[in-house]
Amino acid sequence: MPDGFIVTAIKSFVLVNLVMVMFAFMTWFERRLIGRFQVRLGPNRVGPFGLLQPIADLGKLIQKESLIPVGSSAFLYLVAPVISLFSALMVFSVVPFGGQATIPGTDYQIYLWIADPNVALLLVFALGSFSFYGFLVGGWSSSSKYSLYGSMRAVSQLVSYEVSLALAVIGVVMMSQTLSLTGIVDAQQRDGVWYIVPQFAGFVIYLLASTAEVSRIPFDLPEAEGELVAGYHTEYGGMRWAMFQNAEYIALIAFSALASILFLGGYDGPVLPGPLWMLIKMFIFLFLSIWVRSTLPRVRYDRLMTIGWKVLLPLATVNLLVTSAIVAYRA
Amino acid sequence: MSPVTDNLKGFSVTFRHLFRKPVTQQFPEYKRPVYPRFRGRHRLHRHENGLEKCVGCSLCAAACPADCIRVVAAENTPEERYSPGERYARIYEINMSRCIFCGYCELACPFDAITLGHDYELAEMSRDALVYTKQMLLEPGPEARRTPVAPVDPYDIPAQEDGPA
Ligand code: SF4
Ligand code: SF4
Repeated sequence: MPDGFIVTAIKSFVLVNLVMVMFAFMTWFERRLIGRFQVRLGPNRVGPFGLLQPIADLGKLIQKESLIPVGSSAFLYLVAPVISLFSALMVFSVVPFGGQATIPGTDYQIYLWIADPNVALLLVFALGSFSFYGFLVGGWSSSSKYSLYGSMRAVSQLVSYEVSLALAVIGVVMMSQTLSLTGIVDAQQRDGVWYIVPQFAGFVIYLLASTAEVSRIPFDLPEAEGELVAGYHTEYGGMRWAMFQNAEYIALIAFSALASILFLGGYDGPVLPGPLWMLIKMFIFLFLSIWVRSTLPRVRYDRLMTIGWKVLLPLATVNLLVTSAIVAYRA
Repeated sequence: MSPVTDNLKGFSVTFRHLFRKPVTQQFPEYKRPVYPRFRGRHRLHRHENGLEKCVGCSLCAAACPADCIRVVAAENTPEERYSPGERYARIYEINMSRCIFCGYCELACPFDAITLGHDYELAEMSRDALVYTKQMLLEPGPEARRTPVAPVDPYDIPAQEDGPA
C-alpha cells in the first residue's frame, strides 16, 4: 500500500464500483453487439440506446424470490456465488490501470493500482482458480444432477486449461523477468516491443485458454444450455444467479485486462493517458470475445479436452522451450 | 480448407454482418401492414340501410373448431328491428383467447355478416377483456383503438418472382 491505508480504501471502493459499471456496460454492449452480429438491434428501449437496460435487469432480478432448493446444503449454496464474485473482483486489486497520477487540482500523487505485489501474476492465477470453488460448491450444494455435472465440467475444464494458460504466461514472465504486473509493463517499455510480437504463439494460447477459463463460448461447457439446462447455476435465481453472472463477466474483464498488460503493453501507449489506453486495449479483447461468441458454436466435450491436452499443452510447452532457449542465449 | 481458414472465413462472415442494416421492425412505432387476406380481429357488418347482416343462425358457432362463438338469437319485432331476417343475434360473443383465427366462421356465414379484419394488436391485461361482445364487434364499432393504420403499401415487402409468399 504505497498510498497509505485511507487512500487505498477509497481507491478500492472506487475501483469496485468502476468494475461493476464496466460489468453493467459489458452486458449491454454484448447484447447490442450480438444483436448487430445477428442483423437485429438488441435492447434499445430503456434509456438512450438501451443503455439503462442493465439497471432494468437489476431491478427485475432484485424482485425475484430467493429460494433454497430442498435437499441442498443451504450454507454452501448461499456462499458459493459470494466466493466466485469475491475472487473475480479480487483480481482487480493487482491490475494496474496506469503508473502514477496527480489528482487534478492538487499536488497529491496516487498510484493507479491498489497493490503491486511482486507475485501479482501468481495471485491472479490463484484467485482465478479460487473462483472455480464457487462454481464447484454451488453446483454440488444445489442437489441437482445438472448443477453437479456443470460444476464437474467446470473443474475439469479449469484443470485442463489452467496448465496451458500458465505456461503461455510463463513465456511472458521469462522475457520480462518479473511476476509483477507493473514490472511486466515496464519490461515491455524497456524491450521496446509489446510482447504480442515475440510471444505471438503464447498470445494465441492465452486467448484460447482464457476463453475456457471464463467459460465463454465456444468453451462454455459448464453451462451448456442444450444439455445441462444452465450447468452449475441451474438452481440459482434472482440476485444469486446475478452474482454468478457477475463473477463470470468480471473474470472476463479481468482476463482482458491481464491480456492487455501481458501482451499489449498495458497502460503504455502514445499521446493518450495510461488508463485510457488500458481501457481501449481491454475493449479490444472484450470485443474479440463477443465476436468469437457470435461466430463459433460450442465445442463437443471430448474435443474440449482434446484441444486442451493434445493441442494447447504441447504448443505451450514448445513455446516455453523456445522462449527459454532464446532468453538464455541472449543473457 | 483447413480448420484455420474455415474459422477465419466464419469470422469474416460474422464481421460483415455487423455492418448490415438490422432487419428489426420497431413494433409500436412501425406497424407492419398486413396482406389483404390477413385474418385478424373479427367484424360484424351492417347492410347499407344500417341493419345488421347477422341473423343469429349460429352457423358460425357450429363451424368454429375452437368453440369460441356464442350466439343467442331473438325475434325481430316491428318496433325493434335489428336485421332484415326474422331473427337477430341478441348476444354475439367471441372469446378471443380461444379463437385460432381459422376463418371458418367467415366461410360458414350465409350472409357474409362476419369477416376477419386486419387488426392484430389484441393483447389484454385480463382474460375477461378478451371476450368480445357484439357491441365491440359490430361495425362501425367503437373507434377501433388498436387498428394499425397501414402507413405504407401493404406490399412493402420486396415482391418475389412468383407473387407474395
Ligand atoms: S376464426 Fe375460427 S376459431 Fe375464430 S371464431 Fe372464427 S371459426 Fe372460431
Ligand atoms: S354471423 Fe353469420 S353465421 Fe354467425 S350467426 Fe350471424 S348470420 Fe349466422
